[in-house]
Amino acid sequence: MHIVVCIKQVPDSAQIRVHPVTNTIMRQGVPTIINPYDLFALEEALRLRDKFGGEVTVLTMGPPMAEDSLRRALTYGADRAVLLTDRFFAGSDTLATSFALATAIARISEVYGKPEIVFTGKQTIDGDTAQVGPGIAKRLDLLQLTYVSKIGKLDLDGGSIEVERRAEGGVQVLKTRLPVLITMLEGTNDMRRGSMKDALRAARAEVVKWGAKDAGIEDMTKCGLRGSPTVVKRVFAPGGRTDKAEFITFTDKTPIEFGDELVEAIFKRQPAVEDDLIKHAHEFAAY
Amino acid sequence: MTQPPKPAAPAAAGRGNMKAELSDHFKQYKHVWVFIEQERGVVHPVSFELLGEARKLADKLGVEVAGVVCGAPGEATKMAAAEAFCYGADVVYLCEDPVLEHYRNEPYTKAMTDIVNTYKPEILLLGATTLGRDLAGSVATTLATGLTADCTELAVDADKSLGATRPTFGGSLLCTIYTLNYRPQMATIRPRVMAMPPRVDKPIGRIIEHRLDMAEDNIITKVLAFLPDRDSNKSNLAYADVVVAGGMGLGSPENFQLVKRLASTIGAEYGCSRPVVQKGWLTADRQIGQTGKTIRPKLYICAGISGAIQHRVGVEGADMIVAINTDKNAPIFEIAHVGIVADALKVLPALTEAFRRRLSPHNRDKLAS
Amino acid sequence: MIEERFDAIVIGAGMSGNAAAYTLASRGLKVLQLERGEYSGSKNVQGAIMYASMLEKIIPDFREDAPLERHLIEQRFWMMNDRSVTAMQYRSDDFNEDKPNRYTIIRSQFDKWFSSKVKEAGAIVLAETTVTELMQDAYGKVIGVRVDREGGKIMADVVVIAEGVNGLIGQRAGLRDAPKPDQVALAVKEMHFLPSDVIESRFNIKGDEGVVIEAIGTLSQGMTGMGFIYTNKESISLGIGCLISDFAKTRISPAKLIEDFKAHPAVAPLIAGSEVKEYAAHMIPEGGYKAIPQLYGDGWVVVGDAAQFNNAVHREGSNLAMTTGRLAAEAIFQIKSRRDPMTKENLALYKKMVDDSFVMRDLKKYKDMPALLHTNSQNFFKTYPELVAKAMENFVRVDGTPKVEKEKATFKAWRAARGIRGLVGDVVKLARAWN
Ligand SMILES: Cc1cc2nc3c(=O)[nH]c(=O)nc-3n(C[C@H](O)[C@H](O)[C@H](O)COP(=O)(O)OP(=O)(O)OC[C@H]3O[C@@H](n4cnc5c(N)ncnc54)[C@H](O)[C@@H]3O)c2cc1C
Ligand SMILES: Cc1cc2nc3c(=O)[nH]c(=O)nc-3n(C[C@H](O)[C@H](O)[C@H](O)COP(=O)(O)OP(=O)(O)OC[C@H]3O[C@@H](n4cnc5c(N)ncnc54)[C@H](O)[C@@H]3O)c2cc1C
Ligand SMILES: Nc1ncnc2c1ncn2[C@@H]1O[C@H](COP(=O)(O)O)[C@@H](O)[C@H]1O
Repeated sequence: MHIVVCIKQVPDSAQIRVHPVTNTIMRQGVPTIINPYDLFALEEALRLRDKFGGEVTVLTMGPPMAEDSLRRALTYGADRAVLLTDRFFAGSDTLATSFALATAIARISEVYGKPEIVFTGKQTIDGDTAQVGPGIAKRLDLLQLTYVSKIGKLDLDGGSIEVERRAEGGVQVLKTRLPVLITMLEGTNDMRRGSMKDALRAARAEVVKWGAKDAGIEDMTKCGLRGSPTVVKRVFAPGGRTDKAEFITFTDKTPIEFGDELVEAIFKRQPAVEDDLIKHAHEFAAY
Repeated sequence: MTQPPKPAAPAAAGRGNMKAELSDHFKQYKHVWVFIEQERGVVHPVSFELLGEARKLADKLGVEVAGVVCGAPGEATKMAAAEAFCYGADVVYLCEDPVLEHYRNEPYTKAMTDIVNTYKPEILLLGATTLGRDLAGSVATTLATGLTADCTELAVDADKSLGATRPTFGGSLLCTIYTLNYRPQMATIRPRVMAMPPRVDKPIGRIIEHRLDMAEDNIITKVLAFLPDRDSNKSNLAYADVVVAGGMGLGSPENFQLVKRLASTIGAEYGCSRPVVQKGWLTADRQIGQTGKTIRPKLYICAGISGAIQHRVGVEGADMIVAINTDKNAPIFEIAHVGIVADALKVLPALTEAFRRRLSPHNRDKLAS
Repeated sequence: MIEERFDAIVIGAGMSGNAAAYTLASRGLKVLQLERGEYSGSKNVQGAIMYASMLEKIIPDFREDAPLERHLIEQRFWMMNDRSVTAMQYRSDDFNEDKPNRYTIIRSQFDKWFSSKVKEAGAIVLAETTVTELMQDAYGKVIGVRVDREGGKIMADVVVIAEGVNGLIGQRAGLRDAPKPDQVALAVKEMHFLPSDVIESRFNIKGDEGVVIEAIGTLSQGMTGMGFIYTNKESISLGIGCLISDFAKTRISPAKLIEDFKAHPAVAPLIAGSEVKEYAAHMIPEGGYKAIPQLYGDGWVVVGDAAQFNNAVHREGSNLAMTTGRLAAEAIFQIKSRRDPMTKENLALYKKMVDDSFVMRDLKKYKDMPALLHTNSQNFFKTYPELVAKAMENFVRVDGTPKVEKEKATFKAWRAARGIRGLVGDVVKLARAWN
């Protein structure tokens, strides 16, 4: 079986700073990581490979330094890594990104065999759109299973798969035909630590590097800025509230005095809350 | 390589003055649509929130608001359409078909793209729910138009195009995104980000029915079962009027009882910050913030939460925020209305007691007389 | 178990490990470098001064692509009391030379770059891989390492221990002792982010010029220690380090020290409005010459901080680390070229090379300095700074008091605090330690 996993290298959002004057992201010193959501997809892919045999190819579109993340994925045990990198891709929005990735996956199918499953993460922590997965599925005409929390029966010969999918208010159990695109829900597994053998192999492996042409992209107008229907017009820092908090001290009072003062402050500002709470208290008492 | 990292300035340079240059074809696209998310007879409240928002946009554009309702033929689907009018729709596009009984990507994508291609809206809004995001991505790709995810603010520009503002890089920045040369302009919006408009009893208005030509046999994906969440009606965090939450500052899962006790005393929902979930003290459905729930209560009380940006973006819509933290410089105080710099383990019981006294029917009656 | 064998394994991807791995690999040896951090540099304290000539000896054209922040054109020495600063400043346009001598760097970025060079040179670099112990044969010869990954035993002819100041691996194998509390300082450090134009105007510099400030005085509250401020491109590194033994004695918290330092009237305006990121604590070896352990043995050498190579007086560490890493590699290469085994006798060559280099000579020169400063810390880090401040105030303030009386007051204060003998004694001792 062949599985393709799309991973993205992202700046660690916990460490991002915004330039106070220009409002641009200060990348200086901000480490990059594999989008944490993608690790769930990768681990799930590795488990399926370990069970059914075959190969896992990781794919990313990004700048040359995204190779680091691919190599990392190899350390975890992926078999092959493809880096899609070309200056034409700069400024891609989700539509252009999914076009490029879908084309690259088509090319991967030709060169390394057709994948039964393409995995993506649920979403990225920088783009945060959850759109690229569905976009790839549509372009490759793959059936789409988003927010998958569990992979059930996989019948390679019969070409079918059963999954549990997180939906609003419950879990859908779905059955469909291969090939599929799965976006994996977070928290579904724990990323393994690669063995020394995997780590050494990863350090030596050749990462396949494709430009737009190599990936079989002919229509450059569908790439990058030109291929992106959306345009970012303005980037700005969220404005804080202008009025400052009213502080109520605790230490100089008895708990009773303090409690009464705080409740009073709350009700004074939000009379509606007082009514709600009283109503609730009465219902509760009646009950 | 998705939208946000695109720097604003170079993009502007590459696109001239970034004015919309709509082709004649796209100039026909009119009106603001909302996808009415309906499953098992229940309309997701986010759809009504979006109808409220659509109304504001439509008034600025001088156009109509339409709801799109898809579902199996029957009472539930019709009810959803009827409700859409009560929340402000002028028109409802109704697609009833047995294959639309449960949400599945294939038939829903087909239904939506067909209706859009036939009736041509200029703006299409969906809730950023698991269903809405699944559908929006496929529809936008099929239509080859732009889609802005998880918006927190929508506005119409002088040149009548939609500016959709959304957080990026974990909420450290906001960006405003336009879909200039394509239609419809699509956006998803998280539940509870927009205010719920008042419901006004209204008769059923104009309904335009759409026939979906799809036979069950031609649909590959089958729904084998739906397993409802056991506690789903218990945790209604996103829609609670009062929420009490705790963070790592509480120190231990046992101390979290103080939060639950206060919550139960005042009939509130309780929630938490992300590390509390990661530590396994509470389940993921209790997490508030960027990767958890957005809440919009009238009152939000939080104890031992630092107020990291990823948490704050989930609670900024609260009418009133009371924060308890031992660190007077904690960022949570930047958005709090009332701050208490003290140990939550002492403050919470005092507050619970005070509410109990104040709210006990006995005391209230005495106060009244 | 991996069947493969390496010519050399390098433990750690800090300055010394990178220097060693690069030098070995670029001479054609089969090298494996192991780093426990998420990536090379991730565990290394941010913001530092890098000395160009030692790096030039390893990578001559490093200026082409190394992530350098600012080249230093000015050094300020501050003697502080709680309210004042007496400063000496050396600034020279000569430092705006073609190939500047000192740069500020941000370690996490610099180490990453250095590591990429190591990889280009042909070494295999594995991050997130912690060496758990050295493998030794029955005779105690080091034959490889064990790591915390499945199947993680790897053999090599020689192991270069570049694990930094904590040195657990070497201690565990009984190759050396844990550093004593009075041989290590604990430094705490913060990065303060500011736009580059703000930094440039506050420090009176332009372009890529940079400034270093080193400060002693009451900021260390009588402990042996020093504060420092470095300008990076868009940030200021600020910190303070004191001996672990002093921290233990005084029970002063490092966090409090740095808060006071930042609040000092001379420091606060430099960092006003900045956004703080990265609070890091790290140890610095301070034992000097007398603390240097056994440097080599059968199948192993130790380099950099792990061998206490640090010149506390000049705040040089990374250059000694780079130099000892390079020398160890050159020694190994020579032995290898002769097809000799990596025995203790043969590896003694490394020690000889270090002895002949500036490293040992500098450390020897200052060999008495640590002891002097440590035992007299109250005088050097509290009394004198206060006295200097008093003297300066008497000198500068114009209030109608006759100058003669002012000078008398100054002199009296000095004498009362230390006594003539004490003063003369300290001057003599200091001079001796310096020479
Ligand atoms: C991609 C990404 C997504 C994220 N999404 C979310 C999200 O959706 N929701 C979320 O919450 N976080 C999220 N986070 C995590 C977020 O960045 C913070 O780490 C988190 O919110 C911190 O939780 P906390 O305030 O409970 O803990 P801490 O940061 O540990 O803060 C504890 C606070 O308690 C105070 N305290 C300590 N003792 C007491 C006491 N006795 N009484 C009162 N106060 C006390 C402390 O002063 C401190 O301010 C996300 C992070 C990333 C990178
Ligand atoms: C606050 C501060 C400021 C300083 N400023 C300067 C300055 O301005 N100029 C200067 O020249 N020097 C400075 N120094 C000193 C300088 O940083 C050190 O001397 C130098 O980094 C030593 O390099 P090293 O390679 O020996 O150790 P390190 O840089 O500490 O590297 C050791 C590496 O080994 C890894 N490691 C440890 N154990 C294992 C294991 N078991 N398995 C795998 N990997 C392991 C660690 O993760 C680390 O990456 C400063 C130090 C501090 C703390
Ligand atoms: N540049 C990219 N390269 C590879 N995969 C990507 C890229 N961008 C997004 N993805 C995949 O698409 C998923 C959703 O991303 P997003 O739509 O940006 O939230 C991610 O979890 C990745 O698996």
